[in-house]
Amino acid sequence: MDLRFTADELAFRDELREFFAANLPQNIRERMRLGHAPSKEDTVTWQRILNRHGWAAYSWPKEYGGPGWTPVQRMIFLEENQLAPAPEVSSFNITMIGPVLIQFGAEEQKQRFLPRAANIDDWWCQGFSEPGAGSDLASLKTAAKLDGDHYIVNGQKIWTSTAHHADWCFCLVRTDPQAPKRQQGISFLLIDMKTSGITVRPIISIDGSHHLNEVFFDHVRVPVSLRVGEENRGWDVAKFLLGHERTGIARLGKSKERVKFARESARDMRANGRPLIEDPAFRHRIAQLETDIKALEITQMRVVSAHDRSHDGKPDPLSSVLKVRGTELLQATTELAMDVGGPLSMPDWAQELAALSNEPELGPEWATEATRSYLFLRAASIYGGTNEIQKNILSKAVLGL
Amino acid sequence: MDFELSEEQRMLRDSVERLLADHYGFDKRRGYLAEPEGWSRALWAQYAELGLLGLPFAEDHGGFGGGPIEVMLVMEAFGRVLALEPYLATVVLGGTALRLAGSDAQKTALLPRVAKGDLILAFAHGERQARYDLSDVMTTAKRKGSGWVLDGAKTVVLHGDSAQRLVVSARTSGERDDPDGITLFFVDAAANGLARRSYPMRDGTRAAELSLSDVKVREEDVLGEIGAAFPVIERIVEAGIAATAAEAVGAMEAMHEMTLEYLKTRQQFGRPIGDNQALQHRATEMLMELERGRSMAMLVAMMVDEPDATERARNIAMAKVGVGQASKFVSQNAVQLHGGIGMTEEYAIGHYFRRCMVIEHTFGDTAHHLSRLADQVR
Repeated sequence: MDLRFTADELAFRDELREFFAANLPQNIRERMRLGHAPSKEDTVTWQRILNRHGWAAYSWPKEYGGPGWTPVQRMIFLEENQLAPAPEVSSFNITMIGPVLIQFGAEEQKQRFLPRAANIDDWWCQGFSEPGAGSDLASLKTAAKLDGDHYIVNGQKIWTSTAHHADWCFCLVRTDPQAPKRQQGISFLLIDMKTSGITVRPIISIDGSHHLNEVFFDHVRVPVSLRVGEENRGWDVAKFLLGHERTGIARLGKSKERVKFARESARDMRANGRPLIEDPAFRHRIAQLETDIKALEITQMRVVSAHDRSHDGKPDPLSSVLKVRGTELLQATTELAMDVGGPLSMPDWAQELAALSNEPELGPEWATEATRSYLFLRAASIYGGTNEIQKNILSKAVLGL
Repeated sequence: MDFELSEEQRMLRDSVERLLADHYGFDKRRGYLAEPEGWSRALWAQYAELGLLGLPFAEDHGGFGGGPIEVMLVMEAFGRVLALEPYLATVVLGGTALRLAGSDAQKTALLPRVAKGDLILAFAHGERQARYDLSDVMTTAKRKGSGWVLDGAKTVVLHGDSAQRLVVSARTSGERDDPDGITLFFVDAAANGLARRSYPMRDGTRAAELSLSDVKVREEDVLGEIGAAFPVIERIVEAGIAATAAEAVGAMEAMHEMTLEYLKTRQQFGRPIGDNQALQHRATEMLMELERGRSMAMLVAMMVDEPDATERARNIAMAKVGVGQASKFVSQNAVQLHGGIGMTEEYAIGHYFRRCMVIEHTFGDTAHHLSRLADQVR
C-alpha cells in the first residue's frame, strides 16, 4: 500500500505541467484564474491545443484518437488541467458522447463523429431532462415516430446546457409508448441542431448567465442511421453514460484551485484590523476545507486505483460518494472565494459594465466572478443526478435498504 | 499509488480476524472487562503467539519487521470488536518510544519481552494542567548521585495500572511550555515513591493517575537524549493517532453494520424502518463518513514514517480531524437510528459510541488539531 505517486506517474505529471505552462494561452489562464466561466472560444481553443497533442479525448483508447491513459493518469490530467487553471474539455464531447459511440456506435457513426468530437468541430449538448422528467428520467415523453428511414421527433427538452452553442444533440426519445416498462420504450438519437423544427430558447440562471436552454422539437426529421444502439434500448445507453467516468466528477482540482485563490486574495482584504488571512475564523474555515479535500482525494485515489486494477469498466458504487462530497466541496470553496470579497462581491458589476463600456474598472473582477460562480454552482448538487438521488442509489446499491 | 494489500498483509488481517471472531463476542468481552485488570491475559498470550505483540519491531528484537500498515490492520480488527487489551499502550506507544529513542541495550533487553507478552508498558506523559499541549511538562527530574529523582504527577495514563514499566516524561531543564528540556525515563512500576490510582475510562478501558515523589531512576533507564525528548514524544503521539484512527474505523464499520441490520429488521407502522427515506439518507451519510474516516486512517498510516516533519505533522493533524469528525457523526447517528435501545448499557452500540468518544479526546481532539492546522494557513 503506497499513497505516493510512482516515479512514472510523477514524470507524467511534470510533463503535463510543462506542457500547460508552455501552451495554455496567457489570456485564457488569467480569465480562469480570476474565476471566469470559460467562453465557448476559450474552451474550443484549449481543447484543440490539447487535441493536437492527442490529449483532448483523455479517457478514450488510442484506436479512437485518445491517449490510452490509465485511470490514474486520467485523474492526474484532470487535476493538473483544473489547477493550471485551464478550461475543462467539453464533457458532452469527451466523457459522454465519445464513450457512448465507442461502446454502442455503428462503425460509420464512430468514423463520422469521434474525430470531430475530440477536436470540438462539433459542439455537443445533452437532450435528457424534460419538464416532467427530471430525477425520474424514464418518464420522458419526447416522441420519435418511425416514418420510412426517418424518425419524426416531437416534444421538449429542458435544462439543456449550451444548446445555443451546439451543433449536435444526443437525445433520449420515446419510440414505444406502449412498452410494458417505461425504460423499455426509449431510444438514443443523434440530432443535428440545424434541422428544421428545432427551437432553442434561453433560460437565464440565478447567476445572470445564459447557460441553460429549453429545446423544442416540432416535426424534426432524424435519419434512422443516427440512432445509437437498438431501437427501444436507449435506456441501456443512458445508464452506461451516467455511470461512465464518475471519478472525474469530484472536480477536486477545481476545489483546490479555488481554495488557493481564496488564500491569495485574502492577503489583500482586511478583517477586524488585520489581513483576512490572519483572521482565526477564516483560517479555521480554510483548514477544514483543506482537510475535507484531502480526505476526498484519498477516497478518489482508492476508487481510481481499484478501477486501475479491475479493468471491468463497471462504475464503483463509491463514485456516488465522490459526486456528493465533490460537489459539496465545490460549492463550499466557491462560497469561500465569494466571502473573501465581502461587500465587494455583491454588486453586479457585469451589468453596469455592459452599459458603460468606457468607464474605469469597478470593484475587483475576481469578487464579481466568485459570486457568479457561487450562484452557478448551486446547480452542481442538482445536475448529473441530484445528491439526493445519489443517496438513493447508495442506499439501494451499497446498503441494500 | 497503490491501495492493494500484499499477500502477507491479507494473511495477517485474516488471522487476526479469525482469532478475534473466536474470542471476542459482546458477552465474552463483558467477561474480560470483569477480570482484575479489565482485559484478558489469556488473549494477550494468544496475540503474542500470533506475532502481534512484536509486529512493528525489528526481527533482531524478536519482532516481525512490520510497518504502520500492518499495525493499521490489527487496530482496525481490534476496533471492530472493541478489544480491551493494552496493545496501544504497550506495542504502539511504549514500542515506539523504545524503537525511536531506546539504546541498543534497552531494545535488546525489552523489545523481545514485549513481543513475548511478558512486559506491559505505558506512556506516562499527560499532566492535568497540560490538556493536549505536548510541551506542557511540570514533572521534574533532577540529578542525584549517579541517577535521577522524579517528582510530579501524570494523568490519564492509558493502562498505567497494568504496566510493569512506564515511560515517564519529566522536565530536566527549561520552563513549563518549553519543548526543550524534556527527558524520557523508564520507571519501574514497583519503584519507591510511585503511587498509582487505577480507574476505568468511559469506554471501560483502563487508565491510571500517577504521582511521583522522590522516585529514583538509574542512569541506564534514561530513554534517549537528555532534554531532547520532545520530537520523540511527538512521534509517539503520532503513532498513537495512526493506531487509534484505524481502531475508530473498525468501530465505525461495526456501528454502521449494526445500524443497517437494525434498519432492515426493526418494524414500525407495519414495515422496516429502513423503508423511510430520511433514515436511508442518514445511513448513506454514515457510509460517506465511514469512507472519509477510512481514507484518513490510510493517510495517517502512510504518513507516520514520512521523514519531512512538517508534511507529516500536517497530514496527521488532518487525519485526526477527519477521523474525529467522521466517528462522531457515525456514532451519534448509530445511537439515534437505534432509538431507545441504542441508549442502553446492555446493547453494543453505546460501547462503540464511548470508545470513539474516548479516542476523539485522546492525543488532541478535533478542535485542537483543527486549530493547529489553522495556525499554519498562509
